[in-house]
Amino acid sequence: MANDLILRVITKWLSPIIILFALYVQFHGDYSPGGGFQAGVIFSSAILLYALTYGLDAALQLIPEMALRIGASLGVLIYGGVGVASMILGGNFLNYSVLASTPIAGQHIGIIVIELGVGLTVASVMVLLFFTFARRVAPE
Amino acid sequence: MEQLTILLIVIPLMCAPITALIPSEKITWALTLIVSLISLAISFYILYEVIDGKHVIYELGGWRPPWGIEYKIDSLNAFVAVIVSGISALACLFAYRSVPSEIDKKTIPLFYAAFQLCLLGLLGISLTGDIFNLFVFLEISSLATYALISMGKHRKALTAAFSYLILGTIGATFFLIGVGFLFAASGSLNTADIASRFSSFEDMQLVETALIFMVMGIALKAAIFPLHSWLPNAYGQAPSAVSVFLSATATKVSIYVLLRILFDLYPVEYWVDMLLPQIMLSLGCAAVIYGSYRAWQQVEMKRLLAFSSVAQIGYMVIGLSMLNELGLIASIIHLFNHAVIKATLFIGAGILLYRANTTQLKSLRGLGKDMPWTFAAIALAGLSLIGVPGTVGFVTKWYLLEAAVEKGLWIVVATIVVGSVLAIAYVWKIVENLYFRSKRKIHIHDVSSGDDGVAKAPKTMTMALWIGAIMCIIFGLNTELSFQAASSAATALLER
Repeated sequence: MANDLILRVITKWLSPIIILFALYVQFHGDYSPGGGFQAGVIFSSAILLYALTYGLDAALQLIPEMALRIGASLGVLIYGGVGVASMILGGNFLNYSVLASTPIAGQHIGIIVIELGVGLTVASVMVLLFFTFARRVAPE
Repeated sequence: MEQLTILLIVIPLMCAPITALIPSEKITWALTLIVSLISLAISFYILYEVIDGKHVIYELGGWRPPWGIEYKIDSLNAFVAVIVSGISALACLFAYRSVPSEIDKKTIPLFYAAFQLCLLGLLGISLTGDIFNLFVFLEISSLATYALISMGKHRKALTAAFSYLILGTIGATFFLIGVGFLFAASGSLNTADIASRFSSFEDMQLVETALIFMVMGIALKAAIFPLHSWLPNAYGQAPSAVSVFLSATATKVSIYVLLRILFDLYPVEYWVDMLLPQIMLSLGCAAVIYGSYRAWQQVEMKRLLAFSSVAQIGYMVIGLSMLNELGLIASIIHLFNHAVIKATLFIGAGILLYRANTTQLKSLRGLGKDMPWTFAAIALAGLSLIGVPGTVGFVTKWYLLEAAVEKGLWIVVATIVVGSVLAIAYVWKIVENLYFRSKRKIHIHDVSSGDDGVAKAPKTMTMALWIGAIMCIIFGLNTELSFQAASSAATALLER
């Protein structure tokens, strides 16, 4: 599909918008429907679209596989790290209230960081899944 | 003290992603061993705290119990956690040399990461007091398990992992549907909360449906006859270290969940009316006979051991469906005893696989004379499986028989006797092939030496094997720890 002009142009215009929307879902997750998982999937769909139009090699240049592996692990570490941080600050595991001076601010910080971890892992794993299956077919 | 309980979950959770990123096989192995040993130490400590009937309560995230997730740990929880983390440490010791010989070097860090995730899931199941949280951990451990099984040496491992994936997912889905129904009826996911308000919604049809769905789902996960078909292939094809770990923990943890659902979540009178004990008792008896018989038929050691697991799970089901204290104690002790026996036997099979490159019984002929110590340990574990006095297997069968006589269930007594005879038959099959048959012929493969066997078993493997074999004897002679934990768990389960 790499030679189709319309596809190439549309993809170029659409990808940033999809990513922007993913970030919107990500950071609005604690007020409205959405959150890390949905945002991660939307984010990865932008990469998938890019890979489908420009080919797997171009997508691998955009995000190398090692970065995805690190991202997937890092997300889990961020999630667990918030829990451990709240334990160190004297609360129970994942008790966000102790993260800031007031419980409400703490809850906000906690859930945003947690969702960030979830989003990072989900986005990385989705793209990694796609790459794993796409690589099985020899490129033309 | 309370914070220690959550560390059992947090340590593997934090270590697994780090393990996945480290490219060295030695460091990842060491990390996994350390995680297992720390978990073992913590669960032992907790077990000593709660063994006399106390509870440790941990509120996750600081939310109050009916709304938040609560970990309420009594001796049954701690006992299962000790089994899981102990076997994990043993399997890890064995894995040091076994894994590099069976798994591609590049995937070893991922293997250990999945191993830790599996440990995390199983520990989570055994600690949590929230049924949805339990489902989440069930999925974590299952997904890790599918990945671990698929890493087996032969291509057949892929189909084994896939069929387990399908059946495991069906089981988990059934369980989730059950949880959903129960949530719809009760408005709560907290085990203790549901149990305490049970009379206010027990008339609803939904509650009964929920029970059936949950029991079906868990029975599939626990490989209770006739839902066992995934087990022989999965355990037979998995890498040796994974067979050791899973055979000793995965189904046991599922039996634990079954105990929790039937005795803690639902009142016993509720499901006695549904004929459930009779059904489970007959399925348990059928499992013992069928599993032992199929084990006897097998010609490959790992599959033989897997079918024997089906039979041993039958004993646990018989124990819990007799509804008396002795039966429950037998069932809970057997969680531990069978874990030790099966781990030892699978380690033995793993050593044979490492040395002879096969576990086909007819290719293993005469190998016992080459490796008398390994053979002796396997024979010891085999004797425990049969239930010879002085070994752990005897303890279970004794309590089981006592419980059956107390209830006057002669059919159970007959089943145990027939099951033991069949166990002698299939253990003898291993012993005969290893020791009493003439030596195997040398295989000539495309290896320069001509024989693809390895001259000597590595020290770590032998050590793991003997730790297991010695535990079979120690806990058979000195039953204090396991009996005390099991009896205080059984009293707690029957109290309400």
